[in-house]
Amino acid sequence: MASDVVGGILLAGITLYAVLGGADFGGGLWDLLAGGDQRGRRPRRLIDESITPVWEANHVWLVFDLVIFWTAFPQAFASVMIALALPLWLALAGIVLRGAGFAFRKELSTVSLQRAAGATFAFSSLLTPFFMGTVVGAIAAGAVPANATHASLAAWTSPTALMAGFLFVAACGYLAAVYLAGEAKVRGDRAMQAYFTRRAQAAAIVGGALSLAALFELHNSEPALYARLTGRALPLVVIAGVCGLAVLALTAVGRPTGIRVLAALGVACVVWGWGVASYPVLLPGTTVTLSNAGAPDTTMIAIIVVFVAAVVLVMPSFVLLYMLQGRRLLGGGEHGAPLTAAAARTGQAAAGRPWQSAAGDRPGLVARSAALGLVAITAIARRRGRR
Amino acid sequence: MRAGVLVVLAAGQTSRNVVPYRAQMATTLGFHIILACLGIALPSIVLLAEFIGLRRHNETAMRLAQRWSQAMGVLIAVGAVTGTVLSFEMGLLWPGLMRSYGAVLGFPFAVEGLFFFLEAIFAGIYLWGWRRLPGWAHWWSGMPIALSGIFGAMSVIAVNAWMNQPGGFTEKNGKITSVNAWQVFFNHAAIYEMPHMILAAYMVAGFLVAGVYAAGILRGRRDRYHYTGFALGFVPAAILTPFQIFVGDTAARSIAQDQPVKFAAMEYVARTSRQVPEWLGGAYVNGRVYGGIKIPYLDSLLVGFGPGTRVTGWDSVAPADRPPVVWLIHLSFDVMVGLGTLLLLLGLWALWGWWRRRQLPPQRLFWVAGALSGVAAVVAMECGWIVTEVGRQPWVVYQLQTTSEAATTNGGILTSLTLVIVLYAILGVATIAILRMLGRRWRRGDTAEIGVPYGPPPELEDLPAGQVEP
Repeated sequence: MASDVVGGILLAGITLYAVLGGADFGGGLWDLLAGGDQRGRRPRRLIDESITPVWEANHVWLVFDLVIFWTAFPQAFASVMIALALPLWLALAGIVLRGAGFAFRKELSTVSLQRAAGATFAFSSLLTPFFMGTVVGAIAAGAVPANATHASLAAWTSPTALMAGFLFVAACGYLAAVYLAGEAKVRGDRAMQAYFTRRAQAAAIVGGALSLAALFELHNSEPALYARLTGRALPLVVIAGVCGLAVLALTAVGRPTGIRVLAALGVACVVWGWGVASYPVLLPGTTVTLSNAGAPDTTMIAIIVVFVAAVVLVMPSFVLLYMLQGRRLLGGGEHGAPLTAAAARTGQAAAGRPWQSAAGDRPGLVARSAALGLVAITAIARRRGRR
Repeated sequence: MRAGVLVVLAAGQTSRNVVPYRAQMATTLGFHIILACLGIALPSIVLLAEFIGLRRHNETAMRLAQRWSQAMGVLIAVGAVTGTVLSFEMGLLWPGLMRSYGAVLGFPFAVEGLFFFLEAIFAGIYLWGWRRLPGWAHWWSGMPIALSGIFGAMSVIAVNAWMNQPGGFTEKNGKITSVNAWQVFFNHAAIYEMPHMILAAYMVAGFLVAGVYAAGILRGRRDRYHYTGFALGFVPAAILTPFQIFVGDTAARSIAQDQPVKFAAMEYVARTSRQVPEWLGGAYVNGRVYGGIKIPYLDSLLVGFGPGTRVTGWDSVAPADRPPVVWLIHLSFDVMVGLGTLLLLLGLWALWGWWRRRQLPPQRLFWVAGALSGVAAVVAMECGWIVTEVGRQPWVVYQLQTTSEAATTNGGILTSLTLVIVLYAILGVATIAILRMLGRRWRRGDTAEIGVPYGPPPELEDLPAGQVEP
């Protein structure tokens, strides 16, 4: 019983890391794709200002999840850490480079150095969610044995695991674009709102295509997991799909109200769908469950107490942080750029024609993403067909 | 490709030489601990400066607080990610430890996670709220950072202390059956390790800050700004130094009781006996101490306040259960104590100057020592960690689990160790370079910022694309 509660806490922590921390990684993805110095200047500014005060707090969810995992389910934790050591090391390298690159870029004064730090930040923002995705995919696919003794390359290079990696990247990009579009809307920057709305749509299409491809892949390679996903987890899967479609529809008709919540809910439903489909097994393919993975009840109760304390202390603090951030009270110290008149003017100019192509935006991005998604699905389908 | 190499290495790994694993943990921990000290204590120093700035309308202190919090932004970011490395390494390097005792030592880590949250959230508010939050509201938003730094440190140190003095749980057939969270957290060693480390953090941060401004004063920048910066770091650190020495002395006596073999290595006590001499320095090779100063009876006196006190030597356990490289443990201990004593003397010198002439000592030597005090505090703190970690070997959990039982069965450690050393060297150099660059920028006085990633400074915003570097 207590172990089920802690399993729920762990899943809640993973969900929060996905919808908060994931968006920060997605910001790095859009930074990477923002183009040259001149063209990418405004989206980069928005990304930078949006991520800066919150990314460290969002990042703590990862540490929190790790700690809950090893405290509550030490046997499973040790097996995952041994079997999937390589992608975990790579994700970790990405975390270090992302954080350091981001913090350094802000303080550097030469463009070339800024660019180097920025590229480090952006590339590692891409790598980290990918490798984390392969880890989650490998666990979901049952590639982690109960008592792993050595790292396995095959475990995380299976089609399911790789697909999960790509899906994670797409989901991060999707969340970030939706949040940034909302942030731009709050600031009245119509050009940037259009810019990120377009990218949100593109990412939604790629993410949706990848999700369908992943389901198709699971149908073939992991029938048991597929059965549970389309069985008891079906409502969550459906809600996730509906949320994605709703975001697409709302942005297409230019009524982007509530899309941030919908996007977060959609991703959260994917995470919970995975959890519900696996429950009560912790490492699919083994007999390791929430209740027999290691810790005694007294530990579980201690974790629940800490979690309650965290809810009481941390949640109001988070609300305060996001509220101050939302009211734009955070930004710039002695340093930090004031909103220049120029930027405000550009925003004014774009006002009134919100969904026109913004500065630096490429028309047909949505179409291209759709094509990319189709190609991905076809490639996977053909790969399965060959087997 | 690299994966292939790793798999090959994994297959070839048969021996249980855990030195590379320990080296990697030592590298990452040794690096992070400096940032952790700054994360624990620097917010308090910044808040002190801001307090003086607000209360006494002291422009200099206010400017220092603003600038320090800019440096703090970089340091907290690097500290956050290098701390994450350690969290991962608990599993990636030591899965055996987590498998056996994760359910026990995880609890203090969970508490630490709670404080890490508060620290990160309020750092986001404090660091980026300088411009738009009202003065005292901004100051109060920094308080949770300072407090959670202290409580977070207590939590992490609780884990390390538990590894030295494990307890608070029952085990049956190799499985943990119940855990007493309170006893795990406030274990026997936590009582002295917690204050020892928190005081160390304040000394490191304070003396490092003081060192930066002492170096500036040595270069002729003898202005109010530099003296204020020096004093804001030096005074708290110097005040805490005697308390640290007292706590450290108590800790050493407790270790003599709780972990006698570690203590024996610290003090070169080969055989259990009375009237044990104290060795200052010296290298222990093949049963003899070379080059050390021997003070008769002193070790017995320090342990039990009488020359007849019996001190346990490392002959009390089998050779396999003794820590390796005793000279490293002993010399690290001596360096830590020696530097701590020198820092105490430096504080007393400043006190003397203030008492006699109401000013800091004008002698160049004082300022040279002041400039080096930060490095000295860091070295002393690192030596302390060497003593406690190497001194606990071959155990990872004292007398319950050996380090080789805890280490991962995966190979590839030399690859990851090499990459970690390279990456951390770059990270360390970059961090210091950025802090120096900030200092140069402050001295030039151009506080208007670049702010936006890449590209032209704000005033060039309206220029056509062709005129700016693409």
